[in-house]
Amino acid sequence: MNYYTMKNNQRINLLDIPTVEFESLRAQLMATNLRPIAFFGADWGENIKLFVALADDEKGDILVTSSLIHKSITEYESITKENPQYHMFEREFYEQFGIKPLNHPWLKPVRKNLDDYEFFEMQGDETHQVAVGPIHAGVIEPGHFRFNCQGEKVYNLEIMLGYQHRGAEDLMLKNPSNQLAESICGDSVVAYSTAYSQLIEALGETKITPRAAIIRRIALEMERIAIHIGDMGAILGDIAYLMGKETFAVTRTLVINTMLEVSGSRFIRGLTTVGGVNFDINQNMSDKIISTLDYVKKTVDKMTSAALNSSTVISRLEKTGNISLETAQELNMVGLMARSCGLTIDSRFDFEDEYYKGIERKPFKATNDAYSRFRIRYKEVKESIRIVKELLKKLSKTRNQALFTNPNCLISNSFAVSIVEGWRGEVIHIATTDESGKISRYKIKDPSFNNWWGLSMAVRNNGISDFPLCNKGFDLSYCGFDL
Amino acid sequence: MLAKILNIILLLIVPFLMIGIIRKTKAFWGARYGASIFQPFYDFVKLMKKDTIFSNSTTILFKIAPVISFVCVVFASLFTPMIMGQSIINIQGGLIFFAYALGLSKFISILAAMETASSFEGMGSSREACFTTIIEPAFFIVIASIMALCKVYTFDSLNQIIVSSGSLGILIIIFAILCLSIMLITEGARVPVDDPATHLELTMIHEVMILDNCSQELAIITYSAAAKMFLISSLIATIILPLNLGLWASLGAFLGVMVLISIIIGTIESAIARFRMSHVFEFVFVMSSLALVATSLVALKLYGV
Repeated sequence: MNYYTMKNNQRINLLDIPTVEFESLRAQLMATNLRPIAFFGADWGENIKLFVALADDEKGDILVTSSLIHKSITEYESITKENPQYHMFEREFYEQFGIKPLNHPWLKPVRKNLDDYEFFEMQGDETHQVAVGPIHAGVIEPGHFRFNCQGEKVYNLEIMLGYQHRGAEDLMLKNPSNQLAESICGDSVVAYSTAYSQLIEALGETKITPRAAIIRRIALEMERIAIHIGDMGAILGDIAYLMGKETFAVTRTLVINTMLEVSGSRFIRGLTTVGGVNFDINQNMSDKIISTLDYVKKTVDKMTSAALNSSTVISRLEKTGNISLETAQELNMVGLMARSCGLTIDSRFDFEDEYYKGIERKPFKATNDAYSRFRIRYKEVKESIRIVKELLKKLSKTRNQALFTNPNCLISNSFAVSIVEGWRGEVIHIATTDESGKISRYKIKDPSFNNWWGLSMAVRNNGISDFPLCNKGFDLSYCGFDL
Repeated sequence: MLAKILNIILLLIVPFLMIGIIRKTKAFWGARYGASIFQPFYDFVKLMKKDTIFSNSTTILFKIAPVISFVCVVFASLFTPMIMGQSIINIQGGLIFFAYALGLSKFISILAAMETASSFEGMGSSREACFTTIIEPAFFIVIASIMALCKVYTFDSLNQIIVSSGSLGILIIIFAILCLSIMLITEGARVPVDDPATHLELTMIHEVMILDNCSQELAIITYSAAAKMFLISSLIATIILPLNLGLWASLGAFLGVMVLISIIIGTIESAIARFRMSHVFEFVFVMSSLALVATSLVALKLYGV
């Protein structure tokens, strides 16, 4: 096995990463059953350097390898047809560097050249095509959904995204900043900003104080609590269960308003910065957070048990948008959605993190449907409330530490990976630096990148009127995908 | 005569108020203040002031459909008993006119929706048409058997059930009201059949059919939909209310029933989730079963065991 094994948030020398022939890389990837977390190219003079990173969730390791492909080469044998986990990665690689994966089963545009997108079409009696979006009725982001249906039943759903492609990865090279990172995906502000900060700190080998690290994690958990509660309300709103919708909306506001008091922003913008955090959580604030969370937990418990005791709610959620564990694995689904299907990936616990040490990870009985997607949120809200309390306890022991450490300059010819478990799943930022210590390639992967395909599979053979419910259960990011 | 004039006034006002009260009830259960119960009036006036845009893919049919649909509902209302059980026109076979005037209104709106060539509106039309096919026979079965029971072939029969069948009539009334309630929820496009508050086109039934309408047309359609709900509620009121109340007491009682129905609808909407689309058809089909039970009861009364 020709890999370099590294940890999360660890800097390594670019030269340490083995460079293998593409054919042997391909064979190597075929031989392993570790899931890919990155597969991207970088401009390397006359060549294109292809980096592949695999995650070993059990050991908490990241395995990195690479290959040099000369720019004159225009095609290679696709990996996807044998391992569907590489599906989106290969499409993205093709779009960015023009090297065509031969026999790729689904080689369509990812973010660019949307006009060339060719949709599948179904013909026959009672078949019809429904096109939804990119402009939607609700206040949501642009994305196009193309359903092929027979009557009310969905046979296939194709999802075309890319309407918000801003070139975030290139912008990160020009003007890297926390503000930019926060704006990539506006509902995962802390996750993105933390991933960016940790990556820059890793590349400069800056050590931040435990106090700053704990505050970051508290913010991350608060973000998770707020969004999960909001989503629980939205799921119930979609099935016209009014009481749940209103109650959860009110409860979510309590959480984000608490963060407003901490950081001056309801979406926790401006809290995280490279080298630490900008705002402190003092003892008063800490007490306030605890009392708010106690109240939030009480309300969420009450409302959830009311909702899940309502037969109409259960009948609507259960067996809607099923996605089997095997499919989830095959599609390389990650994060919250993977856990709702019975996988146990959670980068907070899988990868070494001293602040999450000692926090118990409770098992979840997945039912793989919309019901499961509702319950996993409830479970994680409770879990996060517990984690925040633990973290606040740890925080009180670090009273005299600084919030901010001056970051070092980036070390030249380095490579680092930063994985942060946002509420949606693992947010991965990867960067390489050149000889002068400038960032030469910045790669971002949102969990939505993997999971959109899961949504498409979940609605198969369901009623088309169940699509909004499935979509809400997944609640994936458009701009996080579009970058 | 005064009762008939009041009927017309009620027809113009009460549908708006019912929608307003339903929304207020939902706001109450959702712990919100909610808009004033007169908001539907204001919306109507606002829409009437707006300019109209028609889709390029539509023809004259799309333009006249809202008006035809509206006229049909008004025609149906002429035959609907309201205060003191009196309708403006009371003839034998008014039932058939009532049902098919509403049917025509729906037929026209389905045609108009199909004309926009939107895939959403096609789906909405097919769902709405499906409900109508289930509701129509059930409605006839239940009302016609009541007519057969009372041997009065106008809507007057609705308040003579107890007179003609004694205590068994209470059962018949219960089943008839259940039937009409399902019809009310379905035709009025309320939860758990349809969600009037949703923005999700794929789950809509009634709302999706009027996606391409705006301004005056939309105002008229919104009013017609509310009026339809009002008409079916009037039938329920006629069954419940006694005849010998006198004009003003009858007016009060009638309005009371309307408010009560609106509050019940609003409460149901707040308390339960919407059914899955496939279950909605089953739910609407329950109306047929209930209608058959009512018919059996009538047969029991008329022909004995």
